[in-house]
Amino acid sequence: MEKNTEEPLKTAGGLYRVELFFSKRRMILIPAAFILFLAVPLMGFNQYILRIFTVIGIYIILSLALNLVAGYTGQLSMGNAAFYAIGAYTATLLLLRGGVNYWLTIPLAAVLAGFCGLLLGLPTFRLRGSYLTIVTLGFGEIVRMILMNWDSVTNGTLGIRNIPAPDFFGITLSLRNGGFYYLVLFLVVLVSAASWFIVNSKIGRAFVSIREDEIAAQMMGIRTTKYKALAFVLSAFFSGLAGAFYAPMVGYIDSNSFTFEVSSQIISMAILGGLGTMRGMFFGAAVLIVFPEVSRFLMDYRFVIYGVILVLMMRFRPQGLLGWQPRVPVRFSKTVRSDLMREGILPEGE
Amino acid sequence: MALLEINNVSLSFGGLKAVDDVSLYVNKGEIVSLIGPNGAGKTTMFNILTGIYKIDHGGILFDGYPIQNKIPQDIVKAGISRTFQNIRLFRNIRVIENVLVGCHITIKYNFFDALFRTPKYRRAERQNMVRAVRLLYDVGLSHRVHDYASNLPYGEQRKLEIARALATGAKLILLDEPAAGMNPQESAELLRFILGLRGRGYTILMIEHDMSVVMNISDRIYVLDYGKLISQGLPQEVANDPKVIEAYLGGIQNVEN
Ligand SMILES: Nc1ncnc2c1ncn2[C@@H]1O[C@H](COP(=O)(O)OP(=O)(O)OP(=O)(O)O)[C@@H](O)[C@H]1O
Ligand SMILES: [Mg+2]
Repeated sequence: MEKNTEEPLKTAGGLYRVELFFSKRRMILIPAAFILFLAVPLMGFNQYILRIFTVIGIYIILSLALNLVAGYTGQLSMGNAAFYAIGAYTATLLLLRGGVNYWLTIPLAAVLAGFCGLLLGLPTFRLRGSYLTIVTLGFGEIVRMILMNWDSVTNGTLGIRNIPAPDFFGITLSLRNGGFYYLVLFLVVLVSAASWFIVNSKIGRAFVSIREDEIAAQMMGIRTTKYKALAFVLSAFFSGLAGAFYAPMVGYIDSNSFTFEVSSQIISMAILGGLGTMRGMFFGAAVLIVFPEVSRFLMDYRFVIYGVILVLMMRFRPQGLLGWQPRVPVRFSKTVRSDLMREGILPEGE
Repeated sequence: MALLEINNVSLSFGGLKAVDDVSLYVNKGEIVSLIGPNGAGKTTMFNILTGIYKIDHGGILFDGYPIQNKIPQDIVKAGISRTFQNIRLFRNIRVIENVLVGCHITIKYNFFDALFRTPKYRRAERQNMVRAVRLLYDVGLSHRVHDYASNLPYGEQRKLEIARALATGAKLILLDEPAAGMNPQESAELLRFILGLRGRGYTILMIEHDMSVVMNISDRIYVLDYGKLISQGLPQEVANDPKVIEAYLGGIQNVEN
């Protein structure tokens, strides 16, 4: 076989070395980070800081959810706040009217949100690109209108107050005692793991192939409508999960908690971090939750700055701050490597 | 019985008869070429065969079963796969991942297997990873496994498309101008590779402008012009057919490329 003279994969440069560093030590670094985050409530932070951490957790889940449709499958959804709302209202109503146990309301709310994702998805799969985006935008507004006007169920514009915080073995979760922080940490780990496993499977590859070239994907036998539907359902499911967590945490919801601004904030986070990467979601959520807090002294100007940053980024780094393509080689498992070795076709660099 | 049998197929775009009452067949284990001047309707024929376009008239049998107007996914499953004239790789993912997408229908696990990483998931991923690397090795891309598809030079992108098509497990491979953009040495290599495919039981239907490739490996040739079949037969017969020479003289400058 003729070897090409071009460098197969650029493996020089500082960034590559950083990548390699993290990639090689990921089995230590990820658990280490997890332990560090477990210790956060013990570090004596006040309630305000713990609340910021918790809100970042919620937005990490929302961004990871959006990422499945927008980042991997390439279908920009501008209505994800609707699923967040559906999750929050479902959990709240189950809790207050249905008397359902808190720990059951979370999965039930997520399932209902996922089901709504399917309903939104089904008629829209024939639409592409911006048409689909507009429909999702409209969907978000319709859901908000329903929440605002369906007084008998949602209590209209007044919203629902006094949503009780859950008990965990006799301890009532609160922001102060770190209960909500631990719960969101658990949910973030859960959603991240699920997202990671889905993305690194034939399902995730099908998502990406739709984003890259839908016709070619069909030619590979991929049922593109089915996979688009799945991406929407998963995205709605995880957003609903975040909503179900959110409502009892703040104790109060109304339709204004779920405006288009929420959808666009999630989109901004995903774009800032890098659509189609998971690391970007963590980063984007953290930055865009922390930035308005640390820049309070700038008052309303911070939103101008926020806008300017996003525009500059779209211009100069549209793939997002952490949106580079990893250059470390694909990892082959031991068995794969030995199988390839046996056949004498182990690709170089191994 | 022929593996692929196309009977009196027609397709018009508005007033333009892109494919006009075309009949052809491909036997199992053959390398058949479809040639003709630019705009003759060759790619349209491939698009019909793979379910992108629906036909107005006629019928298509694959392995004895009608496949006309089926959706692309069912056609791949039946065993027909293709490459594209204007390369359609998944550009922003790695070479190996492109091939793994091609493996999609041969990977038999469901959503929950993936979510919970069941032994079934692990086994299928392992087997298909090995299979994908082997396919890349076969087309001469084992040094590109980790690379991103968009970073490959043109000739290698074509090879990757072939590997991806083979990954589907299809037995009939449609190649749309596989040698386009390749240098003579690469085309010679490609020629050997395609012959090797036949040796391994594949059947090939190929569109190609490079006559050195066409004349050297085709068992039979069909010639299209303005949507109509104007000639068919062994390479020597077709090359000496006055109608073919005339059709090509009209567009000789195109043939050169
Ligand atoms: N989707 C379409 N809509 C309208 N006309 C089309 C469409 N696809 C192809 N055509 C026309 O049909 C004719 C046949 O095109 P086709 O692409 O099949 O040619 P071809 O034989 O592959 O040519 P080339 O050698 O240049 O690839 C051309 O005149 C083309 O313009
Ligand atoms: Mg063509």
